[in-house]
Amino acid sequence: MIDKEKKTKAKKPKGPNKLKPKDRMKIPRQDMSAQDPKDRAHNFNEVPFGFTEEQALKEAARCLECPKEPCIKGCPVEIDIPEFIRLIISKDYAASARKIKETNSLPAVCGRVCPQEEQCEAVCITGKKGKPVAIGHLERFVADYERENNLVELPEIAPPTGRKVAIVGSGPAGLTVAGDLIKFGHSVTIFEALHKPGGVLVYGIPEFRLPKSIVQAECDFLADMGVEFQNSTVIGKMDTIDELFEMGYDAVFIGTGAGLPNFMGIPGENLIAIYSANEYLTRSNLMRAFDPDDYDTPIIRGKNIAVLGGGNTAMDAVRTGLRLGADNAYIVYRRSRIEMPARIEEVHHAEEEGIQFHLLCNPIRFIDDGKGWVKGMECLKMELGEPDASGRRRPVPIEGSNFTLDVDLVVVAIGNSSNPLIPQTTPGLDCNKWGNIIADDNSLLTSRKGVYAGGDIVTGGATVILAAGAGKKAARAMHKYLMEEVKK
Amino acid sequence: MIKVIENLQIGPMVWKMLVEVPRLVAKAKAGQFVILRVNDKGERIPMSIAGLDKDKGLLTIIYQVVGKTTALMTTVQPGEEISDCVGPLGLPSHVEKWGTACVVGGGIGIAPVYPIAQAYKEAGNKVITIVGARNKGLLFYEDEHKSVADDYYPCTDDGSYGHHGFVSDVLKKLLDDGEKIGMIMAIGPVPMMKVVANLTKDYNVPTWVSLNPLMIDGTGMCGGCRVSIGGETKFACVDGPDFDGHMVDFDLLTSRLGAYKNQERKAMKKLLEDPKCRLTKAVKEFKYPDEKA
Ligand SMILES: Cc1cc2nc3c(=O)[nH]c(=O)nc-3n(C[C@H](O)[C@H](O)[C@H](O)COP(=O)(O)OP(=O)(O)OC[C@H]3O[C@@H](n4cnc5c(N)ncnc54)[C@H](O)[C@@H]3O)c2cc1C
Ligand SMILES: Cc1cc2nc3c(=O)[nH]c(=O)nc-3n(C[C@H](O)[C@H](O)[C@H](O)COP(=O)(O)OP(=O)(O)OC[C@H]3O[C@@H](n4cnc5c(N)ncnc54)[C@H](O)[C@@H]3O)c2cc1C
Ligand code: SF4
Ligand code: SF4
Ligand code: FES
Repeated sequence: MIDKEKKTKAKKPKGPNKLKPKDRMKIPRQDMSAQDPKDRAHNFNEVPFGFTEEQALKEAARCLECPKEPCIKGCPVEIDIPEFIRLIISKDYAASARKIKETNSLPAVCGRVCPQEEQCEAVCITGKKGKPVAIGHLERFVADYERENNLVELPEIAPPTGRKVAIVGSGPAGLTVAGDLIKFGHSVTIFEALHKPGGVLVYGIPEFRLPKSIVQAECDFLADMGVEFQNSTVIGKMDTIDELFEMGYDAVFIGTGAGLPNFMGIPGENLIAIYSANEYLTRSNLMRAFDPDDYDTPIIRGKNIAVLGGGNTAMDAVRTGLRLGADNAYIVYRRSRIEMPARIEEVHHAEEEGIQFHLLCNPIRFIDDGKGWVKGMECLKMELGEPDASGRRRPVPIEGSNFTLDVDLVVVAIGNSSNPLIPQTTPGLDCNKWGNIIADDNSLLTSRKGVYAGGDIVTGGATVILAAGAGKKAARAMHKYLMEEVKK
Repeated sequence: MIKVIENLQIGPMVWKMLVEVPRLVAKAKAGQFVILRVNDKGERIPMSIAGLDKDKGLLTIIYQVVGKTTALMTTVQPGEEISDCVGPLGLPSHVEKWGTACVVGGGIGIAPVYPIAQAYKEAGNKVITIVGARNKGLLFYEDEHKSVADDYYPCTDDGSYGHHGFVSDVLKKLLDDGEKIGMIMAIGPVPMMKVVANLTKDYNVPTWVSLNPLMIDGTGMCGGCRVSIGGETKFACVDGPDFDGHMVDFDLLTSRLGAYKNQERKAMKKLLEDPKCRLTKAVKEFKYPDEKA
């Protein structure tokens, strides 16, 4: 439906932007101001401040309103980018935010954490000759404007349909499904294992990148619409998926994320002060160990810390370690910089803050201080060989290049596998060989009738916007199922 | 929020708390545990299931004050609420009909072996219960255990009640006397579980222990609860908490339990010195074992 509308939608012949394309191209890309790296390395406040209204207007004016609108296709959920930018130019920021929310319910989050440089901004025409339009920053601006000025309006909610939906997991996938299905008039309950909703948005991504008050506002908004949150409820333990149906739910969405942390499997890995990124970040974010005056969560504060891995999670962990007082904070990654999966912006921020990179380097053993704590890490230097299955050049160890890195805290951030709790307790729910739930690409229907799944539990670790996009698709299919196949 | 129905001191540093969690209780089985938070800024702490009243929807927790969060638990009055209680977590204890089964509970472990003894009994086993503590005042749950056990052996380190000595002495004597035991479940301080497991290895009697590493989420997400079983890393919250005692690396467990000792002590000291805190006199006199002298 939405796709069709887009294709046939008439181009606005005359937008509010009166500048000629040539003049639009002359405006430089606006940068968000940010906390000084020296200060921010010691606090957990958000790093970039966001656009001022003036900056947002200037940036919006750079959009060329390309007839083919390639940016829309660059966004996994196909936000009508040129239109939301036109609404900025008309200074109707709330309408702009509403436009985005037609396809993405979490703009304040995605504007901050989307890898825009690989998605919408990567295909922006302005970027061919200069820098692309800062679509993500603009998205953040309108979402923040709407929220901070209390312009968020509760959408119209259809009359009750009498159908009940259970959503398992409150990450971006689950939250999106909830928001869409409640609007259709269904009754919606979210079951979340932890004591706070938000998934990785609350326990993984640090405060300095995504303030938790923003996630809370999104959840409050859903609650205001009528979504019921049952936190501290582990599905598969408290109730199984089948029991949810027995309890009267007519359909279930599983959005439980990529839960289980991977370890390296090398000697010494269970020494004290070797954390998984999940544990380290959960202690610091969800449990707020960085604020010991107010919260009871202990955390080990290393002086020389190493984070293993090169993704967003690794960057978040190493920058957290720095803020918790490390003198030396290292990224240890077995490939080179270009293969690093982390967002460029995050690597850049990390470098500015003084994070040190040990690239082409792989630990082979952790060294004990004799009292059960880690005191060092034996590593091998690597070189890049032939490309592997992922298309990236395979790192090969250089024989005899062993060296020792003195560290008193290690965070392992080499990815997650899927949590088996639900598949184990749900007969007939098919998974692939990595334990990811198999779901149809379009409807996100699983092998079980009335059971849908999306986000990291289906794709493996991916992105917020892909999880949210899966939620959108699932909500559409679930609505159809509930109205056509569930008789009331 | 979770309603506390009862919170009673039953020993020098031991309390019994009843919380109302009907849905959880309906699902819970012996050997599983819950994770609770007392207040919104508090730690998440794991507690074994020490009793289930399925009719009233009540869960019994027996806890020992060892630090800040357990001290705070004592301040909750019946009728008040704690922030969360999530569960049932972990796998239930393995129960089958072996003929004779034995539970060994040491210290605070006396509590969680009770529902397991009940389950063993219901499966048709003869149940031998051996419980031990430093002195008579620390032994509790006697009526409960006696109501299930075919043979009940209390022990005290100082001889103030029952057998003078350790639970492992009693167990060794039973085995030497030729008692055919199909399964032993031992729960208690790590050194006790280690001693029991080492003993029964020689007699080739299957022995399970319930491990208590530090935990956060209890769902397999953080890996903080990792333990080493036969050289393989397992997550106690989802793969356990029960494991084959003959395979457990107890020294690693002991070591990892000390990870936050200094921070925990600081938090406890601060709490004990806080004039606003509602701690009772008994808790205010709390000392760490190595501070006694
Ligand atoms: C540290 C870190 C940084 C990241 N940075 C970025 C970034 O900058 N940009 C980006 O786009 N992506 C980033 N990602 C990836 C992104 O966060 C995920 O792809 C996304 O959150 C997946 O969403 P989800 O809804 O599938 O699941 P999740 O966000 O993982 O949420 C799943 C929820 O389900 C709950 N749950 C699990 N099992 C059960 C159960 N049995 N019963 C009840 N509840 C259950 C969990 O507790 C959790 O709250 C990052 C990930 C991490 C870990
Ligand atoms: C599966 C499981 C079941 C448990 N069941 C019970 C129970 O039924 N009754 C009970 O009293 N306790 C039980 N525990 C232990 C209990 O969780 C801890 O005593 C509690 O977390 C201590 O919190 P605190 O803030 O009061 O003390 P802290 O200040 O956090 O700790 C004080 C000292 O207690 C020890 N400790 C801390 N956490 C644990 C832990 N998880 N396990 C063992 N020792 C710990 C440490 O050595 C620490 O130095 C269980 C633990 C697990 C993992
Ligand atoms: S959601 Fe992400 S990809 Fe889509 S427009 Fe916004 S920033 Fe770009
Ligand atoms: S591609 Fe870039 S310039 Fe063109 S419409 Fe999209 S945002 Fe504007
Ligand atoms: S407590 Fe987090 S994985 Fe076990």
